[in-house]
This record gives sequence, structure tokens and C-alpha cells, in this order.
Amino acid sequence: MSLFVTELRRLGKRRLTRLMLVLLLVGLATVATAFSFSSHKLSPDVVAAAQAESDAQYKRSVEDWKRTVTDCEAAQARGEQTEERFGPNCGKDYQPQPEMFDPKWNLPYQFDFRAEFPTFIAVFAGAVALFAFIVGASFVGAEWNTGGMMNLLLWRPRRLAVLGTKLAALLTTVLGVTVVLGALWTAAFWLIGTSRGTTAKTTAGVWRSIGLDGLRAVALVLVVGAVAFALASLGRHTAMALGAAVAVFAISEIGIRIAVGVLSVPFGERYVLSTYAQSWFMKQAELFDYDTCQFAKGACEPAKYVVTWEQSALVFGVGAVAALVGAFWTMRRRDIS
Amino acid sequence: MSAVLEIEGLRKTYRSRKRGVRHALDGFDMRVEAGQVHGFLGPNGSGKTTTLRTLLGLIRPNGGRMAILGQELPHALPTVAGRVGAIVESPQFFPHFSARDTLGLLAQAGELPRQRVDEVLELVGLRDRAGERVKTYSLGMKQRLAVASALLKNPKLLILDEPANGLDPGGIREMRGLMRGLAESGMTVVLSSHILGEIQLICDSVTIISLGRRVAFGPVEEVLAAHSQGTVRVRLEAVSDLPQAAETLTRSGIRVATSEADHLMLSGVDKPAEVSRLLAEQGLYVSELTPVAVDLESVFLELTATAPVPGQHRQVDQSAKVDQTGTAGGWGA
Ligand SMILES: Nc1ncnc2c1ncn2[C@@H]1O[C@H](COP(=O)(O)OP(=O)(O)OP(=O)(O)O)[C@@H](O)[C@H]1O
Ligand SMILES: [Mg+2]
Repeated sequence: MSLFVTELRRLGKRRLTRLMLVLLLVGLATVATAFSFSSHKLSPDVVAAAQAESDAQYKRSVEDWKRTVTDCEAAQARGEQTEERFGPNCGKDYQPQPEMFDPKWNLPYQFDFRAEFPTFIAVFAGAVALFAFIVGASFVGAEWNTGGMMNLLLWRPRRLAVLGTKLAALLTTVLGVTVVLGALWTAAFWLIGTSRGTTAKTTAGVWRSIGLDGLRAVALVLVVGAVAFALASLGRHTAMALGAAVAVFAISEIGIRIAVGVLSVPFGERYVLSTYAQSWFMKQAELFDYDTCQFAKGACEPAKYVVTWEQSALVFGVGAVAALVGAFWTMRRRDIS
Repeated sequence: MSAVLEIEGLRKTYRSRKRGVRHALDGFDMRVEAGQVHGFLGPNGSGKTTTLRTLLGLIRPNGGRMAILGQELPHALPTVAGRVGAIVESPQFFPHFSARDTLGLLAQAGELPRQRVDEVLELVGLRDRAGERVKTYSLGMKQRLAVASALLKNPKLLILDEPANGLDPGGIREMRGLMRGLAESGMTVVLSSHILGEIQLICDSVTIISLGRRVAFGPVEEVLAAHSQGTVRVRLEAVSDLPQAAETLTRSGIRVATSEADHLMLSGVDKPAEVSRLLAEQGLYVSELTPVAVDLESVFLELTATAPVPGQHRQVDQSAKVDQTGTAGGWGA
């Protein structure tokens, strides 16, 4: 227990942890603030103005249309060829209709909490996952690299317990940060919804779904933190985790994408990691194979491949477990110098 | 007296695909009695740090047995760790924490009271600089912090790998006093160092290691006595006769320890008159024949065979290799 508290304190004392926390806060606050300016509440005035504008637009285009028809008929009377300039029958069949001027299109953007907040949960999860990665990797990486780990082992020789406690301290901290910031994030968007958007139809069911999305976000953040920790511990250097992340990103997002493109593997994106991140949040990711379509024969349903969130859980879970097992195994075996 | 530290037949082998096998420790033995200040000496790369790391559970040995405070290692390490304070070869600390934070975190991990941190900071003379980041410390200040971290748990056994590294003369003298005081209070200290004058001043006993094996051990006076016994300096009337004299003596079974420009140092001479007679028979006349008292440094150089030879550059790993069965010189406990 004393070791756990010590490690929490060590993590909190680190400058990088504090710096990253500040950056995370500033980043999230900036996104929320900037977004709040882009949303406008649809008050009756605004709606009425939009209605008036579309009425006016309708009137104007009917007048334009009438003038064109008159011009065309005059030209016909002069015996000119009009098909090309005015279309068949002087465009008389194309009278503007009122439903073509929906006042909706003249409305400013309004944030809809119920429909759009889930996307912002994913944005939040991405930002906090980055935080978890950097803090997790450097927490153990710097310890290895500066000899702090060796010093600690002179006091606490049970290596697995030491590494496990450090991991627990990291995950506790990351969890705390995620929960607190997640609550603030939700509150901020609820506030944007009530003051500058709409929070209509936010039923208990909607909240439950938002809660589940939140849990997904927390799980992703913890997995990312644990993987970063494991990689940095395996390589005994912070840079190892960052390097591995860059390598995986390059191989998965660029290398595999190009390879499956060249080889025209059907549903090649199912080998790309970001597909799984996407399906983790959206409950599933749908991949289409347009090569099965012959558009010349008309509309076509392309072949579909669905990546479910369960598959994502499996992929990320297996990856995280492999990295952690590797880290703990080498911790047990390797000489420390 | 009971042994606080016992090592028997310790082996550590490093394997690399390119350079093959290196026996860093090759059947090494060591024994330290309670309440002693014990010097651990050996040339560069002889295996001192490897021994201490193995003892502290940082590296795995390939064979042999170790015990601290009567408990078998590495099995009992978690139980004895609280009673062993150690620094291992220029210890490093997280550079952005202050000395007080560094020690505070260690004390917390070891469940020690906080005021202990200030006590050891005072002891090593870092009191007024304890709030500054370790990054800004000088070499000697880092070394003092390391000593402080080892003293923090008020250990029964204190293991210090080159603690004087980087200390100023005042610091070295202070360290000497500190060790003495600690030993008097019942602490056992194992000290590895290359400053042999220092070791001779503060240590009760020593172990000398060369190429991963023990070459000598025992109380300092015994080690010195065993080697100053029969050490004589010989000068001849004609300096040019020295090589011939060396050859004559070697042929008659007398050991020529070193050949200097104007004299020979012989060791293991029982009767100096014998030397005089042997040389006179060859028409070589002795102008001086004096028994000399040697210091630890000369004994060390002789035992490890690392004395510099004019015109040669000795490489590391070029030192005395003893066979497994006996110790060089055949003395000791
Ligand atoms: N990780 C390692 N891999 C390979 N060889 C090693 C390793 N660590 C130490 N050695 C070798 O083991 C031998 C003993 O090294 P050690 O550090 O114990 O020497 P030392 O007695 O402490 O020397 P010094 O007086 O220079 O500190 C050396 O030959 C060294 O090269
Ligand atoms: Mg060393």
C-alpha cells in the first residue's frame, strides 16, 4: 500500500504529468469554446427570420422564372431558336415550387446534444488517450532510463510487485483524470446545448447510451495507457513506446493500406487498426467492396463486411495483454544495470 | 564472530553472440564479519560491481551461494532488503526531483518516518541544497545524495560501491569518520574503492578480486604482513649488473617482485644473508640490502599483477589469474 501511494505521488510530482494535464485541459477547453461559437440557438425570432428569407427567395425565383419565360416567348416570336438557351418549352415546366425553399436551409447550425454528443465523446477519448500514452510511457521509461527503477528495487526487491504497483498507480491516475475531465466535458456540452443549442429528447435511454459510450472511452484510454507503459518498460526507454507507436501507425495506416490497395484485397481495411478504433466507438464499422458492383448495370448494393465492436475489443485486448505479459516477463527475467 | 555476508563459488557469465563468453565472476568467494569495515578491491573490470549487483538481486548469478545476515539469497532478499543499504556504481537519480523529494519517495516506499530524510541530509552535508533539483548537482553532491539514500534505512549492512568517487578531500575525510562511526555503532560496511590509502586507513579487513576470483582476503595487517614479510630492497655497486643479479636470484628460487632502474625488490626472502652470498658467488657485490615495509597499494599491485611496466600499456583484463584451488601466496584465514 505504501508503495502504491508513493507511486501515485511520484507520478503526480512529475513535470511531464503536470504539463500534459495542462495541455489536455487547454486543448479540450479550446475545442469546447470554439465549438460553442459555431452553434446558435434557434429562437422563434431566428426561425421566423429564416422563414421570411426563404419566402423571399421563393418569390424572387418565381419572378426570375416568369421573366425568363417571357424572354423566351419574345425570342420565339422573333423566330429565333430557343431550345438551347432556354430548354424545351421555354422552361415552363420548371416553375419553382415552395418546398424547394425549405426555411431549414436558412437556419444557422444548432448543436443537438442528443444526436451529436457521442461524436464528441470519441474526440474526448482520443485526446485523453494521447495523454495516457505519453504519461504512461514516460512514467516507467524515465524510471528505467535514469536508474530510478534500480534504486527502487534496492528497497523493494519484488520486481513484479513493483512493476504492477507502478502500473496500478498509472491506471488509477489516468482513470481519475478521465472521469473528472469526462464529467466536465459532458457538463460543458450540456451547457452549450442548453444555452446555444438544444438538449431536446435527452431521455433516460439517451443518457444510458451516453454512459456506455463513456465506458468505451474509459476502456480505450486505460488500454492505451497500459500498452504505452508496457512498451516503455519492455524497451526500458520512453522513446521505445513512442517509436513502437509510430511504427505501428506507419505499418498499419500507411503500409497495409497501400499493400491491400496494390493487391486489391477485398475489404483490406479490416487489417487496418483505425477501423477497429472506429468500430469500437460506432459499435460497428461497415466496409464495402465496390469492385463487386458493375455500375453500368445500374444501382447496386456493394458487398459488405462488418467489423463489430466485439472484434475491436478482441484485437485491442489481445494486443494489450501481449504487451503486458511481455513487460512483466522481461521484468522477472532480465538483469538490471 | 558471525558472518554478515557470505559468498561461495559465485559465478556470472555474460554471453554475447559476437564476443562469446565472459566469466565476470568465476567461482568467487567472500566473507564479511559483523561490525567490520571491509574493503573490496580489484582492478577495473575484475567483477566488484557485478558481485554487488548480484548480491542485491539486480542480476542473476549462474551459480554459487550467497547469504546476507544469515539469510539465503536471492530467496530471502525481500525480508533482508530493509536492513541492507546500498549504492551501486555512480547511482543515478531522476534529474527533475530535488534531493528531498527523491529521499522522501524512497522513505515512503520503505515506510520510514519523514524526519529520517532530514537526518541523513544533514549527515551528508546536503541540508541547505536539498530543495534543488538533482540535475543541478555536482558529481560529489550526487554522490553524497547516493550515500544518503543508502543510509536512509539505517541498515545493518551498508554496501558502498566507490562512494568516494567525486568527493572532495574534506568529503573523503568526513566519509572516513562516518564509516568509523557507523562501524562502532554496530553497522557492517562493505566498501569498494580504488583509493587504497583510504582503504588502509579505514578498513579492518579486505577482499581482493582479480578476473572474477578472489586472490587475497583477511584482516588488513595480516595481508600486509604476509606480503611485507621478506620484502627486501637490493642495490648493487654497479647498476649494470642488475639484470644478471635478477637472473641469478630467480634461478635460485628467490622471487624478484620488481626490477627498478637502480634496485631490485625481492619478496619472500627468509634469510637476507643468502641473497648476499648468492650474488657474491657470481662476483656481484651488494651495496644495500634493506627489509622494507610495504603498503596496501604495493601488495595490491603484486597480487593482481597490475603494476605498470615501463614501456608497456597494460590492458584491462590483464591481471592475475588464480586457479580455483588455492589463493595466491597461500595465506589468509
Ligand atoms: N552487461 C554486461 N554484459 C557483458 N559484460 C559485462 C556486463 N556487465 C559487466 N560485464 C563485464 O564483467 C566484468 C566485471 O565488471 P564489473 O563492472 O563487475 O567490474 P568492476 O570490478 O566493478 O570494475 P571497476 O573497478 O571498473 O568498477 C567486466 O569484464 C565487464 O566488462
Ligand atoms: Mg565497478
